[in-house]
Amino acid sequence: MSATAHSVVEPSTASKRVAATLVVVYALISMIPLLWIFATSFKTPPDSIAYPPKVLFTPSIEGYCNLFTTRTRQTPEYISSLPPATSFCDETTRKRNMVIAGPSNFLPRFVNSLVIAFGSTFCAVFLGTLAAYGFSRFRVPLADDLLFFILSTRFMPPIAVAIPIYLMYREFGLSDTALGMILLYTAVNVSLAVWLLKGFIDEIPKEYEEAAMIDGYTRLQAFRKVVLPQATTGIAATAIFCLIFAWNEYAFASLLTSGTAQTAPPFIPTIIGEGGQDWPAVAAGTTVFLVPILVFTILLRKQLLRGITFGAVRK
Amino acid sequence: MQDLPSGKSVVTDTTTSILDRAAEAAVRATPGTLARRIRGLSDRMVAWIFIAPTIVLLLAINIFPLIWAIQLSFTNYRANRPNEPIKNIGLSNYSRILTDTDTWIAMQATAHFVFWTILLQTLIGFTLAYLIDRKFRGHAFWTTIILVPMMLSPAVVGNFWRFLYEPQIGLFTYIISFFTGIPPTDILMLSSVKLAPWAIIIVDTWMWTPYVMLICLAGLRSIPDYIYEAAEVDRASNWRQFWSITLPMALPFIMLAVLFRGIENFKMFDMVNLLTGGGPGSTTEVASITLKREAFEKWRTGFSSAFAIILFVAVFGLANIYVKVLNRVKSR
Amino acid sequence: MKSTLKMSVGLAAGLLASSAMTSVSQAEDLTLCWAAWDPANALVELSKDFTAQTGIGMKFEFVPWTNYADRFLNELNSKGKLCDLIIGDSQWIGGSAENGHYVKLNDFFDKEGIKMSDFVDATVVGYSQWPKGTPNYWALPAMGDVVGWTYRKDWFSNPELQKEFKEKYGWDLDAPKTFDQLKQVAEFFQNREIDGKKVYGASIYTERGSEGVTMGAMDVLYSYGFKYENPDKPYDMEGFVNSEKSVKGLEFYKSLYDCCTPPGASNSYMGEGVDAFKSGQVAMHMNFAFTWPGLQKDEAVGGEKVGFFANPAGPDGEQFAQLGGQGISVVSYSDKQESALKYIKWFADKDVQAKWWSLGGFSCLKAVVEDPKFPESQPYAKTFLDSMAIVKDFWAEPSYASLLQASQKRFHDYVVAGQGTAKDALDGLVADWTEIYQDDGKM
Repeated sequence: MSATAHSVVEPSTASKRVAATLVVVYALISMIPLLWIFATSFKTPPDSIAYPPKVLFTPSIEGYCNLFTTRTRQTPEYISSLPPATSFCDETTRKRNMVIAGPSNFLPRFVNSLVIAFGSTFCAVFLGTLAAYGFSRFRVPLADDLLFFILSTRFMPPIAVAIPIYLMYREFGLSDTALGMILLYTAVNVSLAVWLLKGFIDEIPKEYEEAAMIDGYTRLQAFRKVVLPQATTGIAATAIFCLIFAWNEYAFASLLTSGTAQTAPPFIPTIIGEGGQDWPAVAAGTTVFLVPILVFTILLRKQLLRGITFGAVRK
Repeated sequence: MQDLPSGKSVVTDTTTSILDRAAEAAVRATPGTLARRIRGLSDRMVAWIFIAPTIVLLLAINIFPLIWAIQLSFTNYRANRPNEPIKNIGLSNYSRILTDTDTWIAMQATAHFVFWTILLQTLIGFTLAYLIDRKFRGHAFWTTIILVPMMLSPAVVGNFWRFLYEPQIGLFTYIISFFTGIPPTDILMLSSVKLAPWAIIIVDTWMWTPYVMLICLAGLRSIPDYIYEAAEVDRASNWRQFWSITLPMALPFIMLAVLFRGIENFKMFDMVNLLTGGGPGSTTEVASITLKREAFEKWRTGFSSAFAIILFVAVFGLANIYVKVLNRVKSR
Repeated sequence: MKSTLKMSVGLAAGLLASSAMTSVSQAEDLTLCWAAWDPANALVELSKDFTAQTGIGMKFEFVPWTNYADRFLNELNSKGKLCDLIIGDSQWIGGSAENGHYVKLNDFFDKEGIKMSDFVDATVVGYSQWPKGTPNYWALPAMGDVVGWTYRKDWFSNPELQKEFKEKYGWDLDAPKTFDQLKQVAEFFQNREIDGKKVYGASIYTERGSEGVTMGAMDVLYSYGFKYENPDKPYDMEGFVNSEKSVKGLEFYKSLYDCCTPPGASNSYMGEGVDAFKSGQVAMHMNFAFTWPGLQKDEAVGGEKVGFFANPAGPDGEQFAQLGGQGISVVSYSDKQESALKYIKWFADKDVQAKWWSLGGFSCLKAVVEDPKFPESQPYAKTFLDSMAIVKDFWAEPSYASLLQASQKRFHDYVVAGQGTAKDALDGLVADWTEIYQDDGKM
């Protein structure tokens, strides 16, 4: 995205100022929902549903306490019969006439998300790198058809894919297993990985490997010692894209997992309090869930365009 | 494929034989000799060994299930009745779907959603890209900020929008009522039949305008400066330059963005499912939600497979026509 | 970048290993699946005794009502091993028995001396038997539940409001006995200012995704004279489901939604109802009895401020209420059926059932609910007993999910989205249900 200086066509200062104002206003408005999630996660339940909505409030970590625990309402007599509170969360809960019954399922779900996202990303990038190199360097019969076939799997609505997968996993005992989800996400991500990585590898001049092979490297050695190091940036960017997909995915996860392997996205909307959703706890879960993605977005900003268009647009 | 004399396609033949040989080698050889054997592989074999695992995985997880789904779509199979005999009922699932008014209601809801989200996202996205292309100071930083919403999970963030849309305590309703004077209890974004379709369009536009913007930005930056310089020499007005240079040259990029968004929103499930669940009534019941209800709530597996195939053919067909048009625009 | 790659690979491997290890170490724990609601949290508290007694750890998988049926029917249909014990909804019993999801409990009951005659009859029929009325048991009645109403006693007893109400409607403001009275009370409170806050008449079920609007509408329709089928001819629905009385009942439900509910209550079920009542928004609140202990204990609206009444009667004096509640079953795909049966045996014990009631669960054991002290044990105990005496339930057929989806759509389209007439909705429902039973080969 390095800017080539527009000489004659450099925009005027005035137009720049107008453009800057409009863009900044849009950016700030589009940030409001995210800032609100963050703010809500530090509100107490009564503050979160106050009218008018509270912009200024005393921060509290009750939302985070509620995110990680399940609680049950009891009579003051019952509560006073218990041993004294041992932690801040314990104390906050008792002030609301409740006791902590146990840990919530958020942590195991978060761990599932990590395992499945990293596992499937690793597999997709591994397979994708090999296949991309194959397509990039060799004359593969029907290459275009195969590449299109790889991409076409993305046209299916996830629910449509999920129907036969559901039956298949039920037969093979893969329902609600991390392995099943890793396989599925790998299959979905590998199309992205092949397309992106083929682009990256195409950019590495063939002459490098040829020179290495003249020096006595075998094809595989040349691949490992010459191509892979050159492609690290591309591989890393691809990995992050795969990771983001697997991390954010909801449709498959909500249909094919129920507990053991359930990831965070289908879980977070089911965090409820005594009535409907416990918004501070939901906001806390959302915040914890979004932070890694924010970090990755910043790391990736130069490669984003390529990633979101399957490598169709390079710049 | 079955017409081939061998009964197998060339592709599978090669794949299996290589896999067989690799497996044989793996069984017999110690790691050292294995490495020596692989080192001696021809390029052709390397190519197949590299590509085969991906193809096998896709065959297993994508194509095999797809074929299964096609087969199921001709039956009355129900996944929650494993003990019942499966009857072949021919095309009647397909005819039932295509003649059912509910299908067309779902299709209309989908079309409304796809049309308006694409229109809004293209307009706002292109405008933003055009403004960012003025290259004011700090534009890179603000671009990154604008991009954030599209990286987030539509399910998790979509769920939170329910809170923003709450009639009284929601921030969105509060802000709207602050500017319009309508009482905040009367702004029923998710409950009113009129507003709910717009509620999902707003969230989708908020999330995905950055996407269109990013692609449009690449389009604008791909226009070489010398074209503008030539226009300057001809004293063409800024307005003329925009219509005769900027827009036509960015058009393939805009169309690409529209293609990707169109496919994605045709498949839309997660955000709408969490925000409205298809309601009120069936006003926001987009195709994927109908499909989920048929497949995983009513458990009409055969019926829903047929519906899935119809959707797939529709997306695939429309996308193919679109790509043809896109290529024509590009080559112009 | 290279080091980042290596790191992430290492991290992934480590995580895989650690997750495998945690699942091994907890292999002996039982997992109990239920809905995420107050009674479930009370059960967590209660089950600590079971762990203390037997050394068997308990894990819990609670899902909100709006996803509960989806998630767990999906889990059972996929033959999943997540749940060893499941407290499944009353209507699942037919499908779960016929498709082999639940372990049949007759032999176990005989061996352990657990007698179904010790449990409230309506709960045995509702939660445990399939086919209905035969001695085939697939669950132990665990949680009695029924739709009833709560109201703001403090508002109802305000002398000024009482006077104004009497002048307007000619009877003393009190818990309504008929649906006409209920509507008048709701209208009276709708948009009224109380303590400087605008309040509304009633919170009712309107949820679309799972079963909300059906449970709510049926609760009213029963008292209006709705019947699922011809009592003499099974599955004959024409003229019963869509009788004139049913149409009146559905029209009433819509009019109640249109006139007297809080704004935006178009997708409201148990949780939203509780929120509306607790935040002081509504004068009356339709909900399952499980919400009552929590409301009774609530700081803001509980204690003396809350009253309870059973579902009112319809125009002909008929009075019914929608059954809720569940039995606890052993999942046939579980590897730990023996421990799971131990839990059921422990749970059926009289003392455990008594503690269950005191912690906020609704016991179905006659020894608990027929105890002479029971009606006075909690302010809502009598309303609960009265309501349990008039219950009706939705279809419990194996096709329950399809039947429910049909009514959800028809009712929501009419009541909330205002499409068509009540007659259209019910005629459509007869058509949908007929089609489902024809597909099943039952008609």
